[in-house]
Amino acid sequence: MDGWLVDLVAKYNYWIYVVLMMIGFYAMIRKNNLVKKLIGMNIFQTAIILFFISTGAKKGGRIPIVDYEQALAGAVQAADIVNPLPHVLMLTAIVVSVSVTGVALATMLKIYKEYGSIDEDQILERVKNHEP
Amino acid sequence: MNHNLPILVLTFPLLAAFAVNLLGKISKKHVAPWTLASLVLSSVASFFVLIDVLENGTFKYTVGGWLPPYGIELVLDPLSALMLVLVSWVALIATFSALPSIKKEMPGREHLFFSLYLILICGMMGLVITGDAFNLYVLLEITSITTYGLIAMGRGRAPLSSFNYIIMGTVGACFYLLGVGYLYLITGTLNMGDIARLLPPLYESPTVATAFCFLMVGLWIKMAFFPLHGWLPNAYTHAPAGASVLIAPLMTKVTVYLMIRIIFSVFSPQYAFLIHGRVQTLIVWAAVIAIVAASLIALSQRDLVKMLTYVVIAEVAYMVGGVWLGNTNGLTGAVFHIVNDALMTLCFFLVSSAILYRFGSTHFKDLHQLFRKMPITLCVLVVGALSVVGVPPTCGFFSKWYLLLGGIEAGHYGFVGALIFSSLVNAVIFFRVLEIAFSSAGEESVPAEISGSRETHPLMIPSLVVVAIALVVIGINAGSFLSQVIRVAVPSL
Repeated sequence: MDGWLVDLVAKYNYWIYVVLMMIGFYAMIRKNNLVKKLIGMNIFQTAIILFFISTGAKKGGRIPIVDYEQALAGAVQAADIVNPLPHVLMLTAIVVSVSVTGVALATMLKIYKEYGSIDEDQILERVKNHEP
Repeated sequence: MNHNLPILVLTFPLLAAFAVNLLGKISKKHVAPWTLASLVLSSVASFFVLIDVLENGTFKYTVGGWLPPYGIELVLDPLSALMLVLVSWVALIATFSALPSIKKEMPGREHLFFSLYLILICGMMGLVITGDAFNLYVLLEITSITTYGLIAMGRGRAPLSSFNYIIMGTVGACFYLLGVGYLYLITGTLNMGDIARLLPPLYESPTVATAFCFLMVGLWIKMAFFPLHGWLPNAYTHAPAGASVLIAPLMTKVTVYLMIRIIFSVFSPQYAFLIHGRVQTLIVWAAVIAIVAASLIALSQRDLVKMLTYVVIAEVAYMVGGVWLGNTNGLTGAVFHIVNDALMTLCFFLVSSAILYRFGSTHFKDLHQLFRKMPITLCVLVVGALSVVGVPPTCGFFSKWYLLLGGIEAGHYGFVGALIFSSLVNAVIFFRVLEIAFSSAGEESVPAEISGSRETHPLMIPSLVVVAIALVVIGINAGSFLSQVIRVAVPSL
């Protein structure tokens, strides 16, 4: 019991990302409304961004802007500053996520023009009527 | 080697994408020359890269002079150089068919289509030569986003199929990203070579196992490995013919290559095949089920393109199974099959796009008497069908032979049986198509639209003939091709 609690509290960032990811996953699988599916997808991506960002954090870490002279003198300890690399990676991942969302929204507009609905059940019904 | 040659291969289509978009707005006649010129240049350049790599060994290109592990490097070993040649040449041949069919399908929007098309090609070339795990994710998303766009440009159900692909594809990419995240957590680096150097002492760690699982499942979704294939058939069927002729042969094959890259360049075969021995058997069985199920579903289809998409899914399972057999024969077969299957799929989709160009439908009921109307196209289809069934003078036989040898060597008779079963099913389904094409129609159905009395657009004929010849030539020269290229390219076990 104790070990389980310690795991839960000490690694709470991982638990939060898993829970968020599952919420997104649920929305993608279960929701019939395409916009809700898309929001689920965004939650899914954001969970992973959160996971990456949280791995860069350090207790008492400073922002990763260091003094040039100090760095040359070897006075900067890596343990004192937050790891900036995950943040940089996630900047790219956010760009990717925004582009995917953009393409998905544009696609959804085309779907709405074609079928007059963004509800998956209604669309599938209309697809059946289109193709005898 | 001219040191900038590898990056030039990528740069030509990327720059041409912008040129096509800007100049295409002014006049549509700029689209074809820019697209073709850039692809010809990069095909020729990629060919020289392959020759150089085969002679002088692996070449590493540091982009912008930033040294690895901090900078991004492009790794040109024999396997990635081979894939680079495959991507650029298949793209070039596909373009000859895409140009007329897009002009007919979406007049006035060719420049938009072809700028996405060129970025997709550039992304795939980047995927096969990158040496950085995170860069691979970005390129995977570049290829995926352009593919979503290209598919959504189609009519009718295309946007809906594209939306399903977006959801599934994003889940796949996110899994891959998570895998990279775990690897970064435990090694602190993103360069593939660097990860491979740091990983061996950590093989027992559950974090590494989690990373491996996420990477594999993510790639399986992207390559449509059977239970995860849901997005593929509709997306490829409803896409514009000019898009599926490029996407179907290359996307799945490139992803299979990425799986090989991850297993051999980031992890090691010892890790993948020995440490978790039971997983290996499980995955080969999954491939067996995938082959059998996809073949059976293909058998039940009534539309040529839809049937072909299930053939593609079965072929993906061939390669996954071949890699996971974990012996040299299986791997040789899988790598050889990547080349052959790209050409065979290209052949089929060129045929279907030629038929679509003339008749606007590939449903079986519209294919009656096709042999009389389109003799060259149908002859090419016969060559492709022989190859996918595995009849000796064509190249499909040789890769399948190595896959079978690998299966026997590993003692995995389920896989051997599935391969033979799938070949028989392929024989049945293609014989059925040919029978319909030879027979005269019943009383019903004269195809709705027929464009002229010509067989198809004159640009499409040469690409069809070239692919058919390539299938036979590679088959006849399989011995020397295997010893000089494939065996060098196959990573050692």
